[in-house]
Amino acid sequence: MSPLIEARDIELAFGETPALRGASLAAEAGEVLAVMGASGSGKSTLLHCLAGILVPDAGEVHFDGQRIDRLDENRRSALRRDAFGFVFQFGQLVPELTAEENIALPLLLGGVRRAAALAEARPWFARLGLDGLGGRRSGELSGGQAQRVALARGLVTRPRVLFADEPTGALDSLTGEQVMELMVGAAREQGTTVVLVTHEPRVAAYADREAVVRDGRARTLSTGSAPVAAERVAP
Amino acid sequence: MSVPLTLLGLLEREPSHGYDLKRDYDAFFGRGKPLPYGQVYSTLGRLARDGKVVAGEAEPGDGPERKRYVITEAGVTEFEHWLGEPVAPEPTLQSVLFTKVVLALLLGRDAEAYLDTQRAAHLRRMRELTELRRTGPLVDALLADHGLFHLEADLRWIDLTTARLDALAAEVRA
Repeated sequence: MSPLIEARDIELAFGETPALRGASLAAEAGEVLAVMGASGSGKSTLLHCLAGILVPDAGEVHFDGQRIDRLDENRRSALRRDAFGFVFQFGQLVPELTAEENIALPLLLGGVRRAAALAEARPWFARLGLDGLGGRRSGELSGGQAQRVALARGLVTRPRVLFADEPTGALDSLTGEQVMELMVGAAREQGTTVVLVTHEPRVAAYADREAVVRDGRARTLSTGSAPVAAERVAP
Repeated sequence: MSVPLTLLGLLEREPSHGYDLKRDYDAFFGRGKPLPYGQVYSTLGRLARDGKVVAGEAEPGDGPERKRYVITEAGVTEFEHWLGEPVAPEPTLQSVLFTKVVLALLLGRDAEAYLDTQRAAHLRRMRELTELRRTGPLVDALLADHGLFHLEADLRWIDLTTARLDALAAEVRA
């Protein structure tokens, strides 16, 4: 099976500083792939190249059989809007909009009429345990609530790929686990591939597979495994 | 920790007398618990019996025994197999992990590849425990959390060690 999204030997430098030095990475349809690495290793840059936010200096990025690194900015922007979803470390909600409007935002930007977009947004409140919060603005939400709104915004268009960059980095351990649970559960339910950048092993453990980025190169570590039997729990 | 396999590793570096092996073992792995001479020679005797090492003729000199030991192909194979195998993830594995990293560096082998293999084994176990805490009762979830935190601590050590491999290699080979 060919991967849904793939970076092939990509290189990118910021001025004189190389960030990626021949990184290759691929994710299958419906897979949750964790991309791990230390700060400054290039893992977020790799995610931005895969998502068409950055264009590599060399190498290729393919999505669904199409080479996307050669598309112009308008077409990459349309691809990001129509096929990709995003969740970042600090929610990045629009402060002037309500939670409901924030979730509906990608649909509104895609040309969906307001009433229809808000109707699409509403079921996410029950789904993510946010009942009664639709009218609140981001400043009136806790960190965990805001990140769940950001997660709903990332998934509301039913994207083919969700890019999550340290989605629990600003949350406490328990709230982070809840966000991961919801994110992976919702993505699997709608068949969305997830590319998850994290430096936290406990977050990466939600993925099917891990890759490590080190000095601008990616190395795939492992393949999935069968669930553990209950009697093997004792540490 | 496996004394026979550690001695095989030290012998792969160069043929050595029992005295030299004990000195290096104590320096790298003794940590206040030196290896008794008796255990060194009994271990070397068993390794020779099993065809993992060959003992040379006794050499003149002071001390309890002056034979030089050489690792055989069978010994190298056994050592390589052990070195490349990830340790079953347990809270108490650190000393074995540490030994493998130091030996790999001493021998100029790929310690980073070993650490990546170990990292993958740890993450695989963490994935299993995460699945269990998601689907099991709270008691199982709490036990799984206990295991996850220990594994996470090991992984932090693995990350730190990976980042310091060059400096560590320079130190152990000095």
